Amino acid sequence: MSAPSGTILETRALTAFYGDFQALFGIALAIERGETVAIVGANGAGKSTFLRSVAGQLPSAPAQVIFAGEAVGHLPAYAIVRRGVALVPEGRLLFPSLSVEENLRLGAYAGRRGFWSLERVYGLFPALRERRTVPGTALSGGEQQMCAIGRALMSNPALLLCDELSLGLAPVVVRQLYAVLPRIVAQGTTVVVVEQDIDRALSVADCVFCFREGLIALQGRPESLARADIGRAYFGV
Amino acid sequence: MDWLDAIVQGVLLGGLYALFATGLSLIFGVMRLVNIAHGDLIVLAAFLGLAVVQGTGLHPLLSLVITVPAMAGLGYALQRGILNFTLGRDILPPLLVTFGLSIVIQNVLLEVFSADTRRLQIGALETASIAVGERIAIGWFPLLVFLSALAVIAGLQVLLSRTRLGAAFRATSDDRATAALMGVNDRHVFAFAMALALAVVALAGTFMAIRTNFSPAIGPARLLYAFEAVIIGGLGSLWGTLAGGVILGVAQAVGAKFHPGGQLLAGHVAFLLVLVVRPNGLFPRTRDR
Repeated sequence: MSAPSGTILETRALTAFYGDFQALFGIALAIERGETVAIVGANGAGKSTFLRSVAGQLPSAPAQVIFAGEAVGHLPAYAIVRRGVALVPEGRLLFPSLSVEENLRLGAYAGRRGFWSLERVYGLFPALRERRTVPGTALSGGEQQMCAIGRALMSNPALLLCDELSLGLAPVVVRQLYAVLPRIVAQGTTVVVVEQDIDRALSVADCVFCFREGLIALQGRPESLARADIGRAYFGV
Repeated sequence: MDWLDAIVQGVLLGGLYALFATGLSLIFGVMRLVNIAHGDLIVLAAFLGLAVVQGTGLHPLLSLVITVPAMAGLGYALQRGILNFTLGRDILPPLLVTFGLSIVIQNVLLEVFSADTRRLQIGALETASIAVGERIAIGWFPLLVFLSALAVIAGLQVLLSRTRLGAAFRATSDDRATAALMGVNDRHVFAFAMALALAVVALAGTFMAIRTNFSPAIGPARLLYAFEAVIIGGLGSLWGTLAGGVILGVAQAVGAKFHPGGQLLAGHVAFLLVLVVRPNGLFPRTRDR
């Protein structure tokens, strides 16, 4: 499946607020269709806020978020996912009242057709099939993350946003999770990962953005970025 | 055998209480909304049934064809137009707004229908019964009410546990923001839940109107029975709500055997006993968060 080229997501002077607190101070970036993009940055740099704004969990002005050529900044989350943006939220946030399989099936609630089905998600994460009947929250941390990714894939997103996939997980589990990423990208899905680990971000991404204090401090292709520059951008020293 | 008869009649009466309570239980389970106007909505449904019967000449049970969709539509509009705006982190606004709604409904009913007590007549079915043994007679109508309660609760349980919409209800109840990420519009889901609840209220209100006299003022007492049934059964559990209704009904029927005035007191005492022994009710499903 070859994805049509062009810009899939563009943000223009994107700002975001939690009450009186401003978390983003004008993020302008463009992401090309089919790319894998990593966003790095220290805690509180605005990485998660950026993903939540794009996914519609935080309100924006219409033209601040352009998805597939349309201004969608004003749309609520349930309308954004129907257009093809799925967010794997920080902390997984599986539904405790739903079994693993029900969590996955609810991921398809938006009704988008495409490659991903329950069977194919189980193919991607065989561990989930064995535990399909237990509550989502009874899984191990790694399995929960698999379930959260699978749940997002069930909406057949054109753009998959992954917030802190490796948070609180053992390195071996994180390696397993990142190992499936190419199989998701192979379906033409554009993937954005927020990652604390700079080395991992550089190894998976076609393009890296480094956030600091609600602004983009540095951006570029991994091969063109010097490690020292990233360190400076990361910590602002 | 008199005691056995009291218990049987109490169980059947419990079916009506379970119908009073089902909507309340569903609404609390899905959106953590405590609807103080629930009892008055039951009475509103009864008067709506009365108006339909008087206006069209339909049999009271057939009037459900009109009142059930009408109340469901009212529920959707009420949730979408008012109650959705009261939901948030603070639990006080929905309580205050539904309390106000309760007063509005009572006074509108008083204005339109006066304070007279009314009743819906269903003719011979009201008194027809099946004799079981020598001393026990099971009335067709109370049996119909009980079986309706069973069917309604079984149907809602299947809806909640087996359907896409039910999964959306449970997910929204767990976490509104994350459910929205799945494409679930919580405002629509809540309105749909209220529509379902008021459809059951239409059924409960019509059955109540056939069983007993009613007037605009009796809503709060129905709310109390509904609350007691929900709490006895445990918050968030529909089968528990049925059990709660039955326990309340049996306690009242047995209490009436001791003393003619003991009916209501016995129901409240049973409620308090359950609260003392099992503060979370008999079958709690809701997680404290």
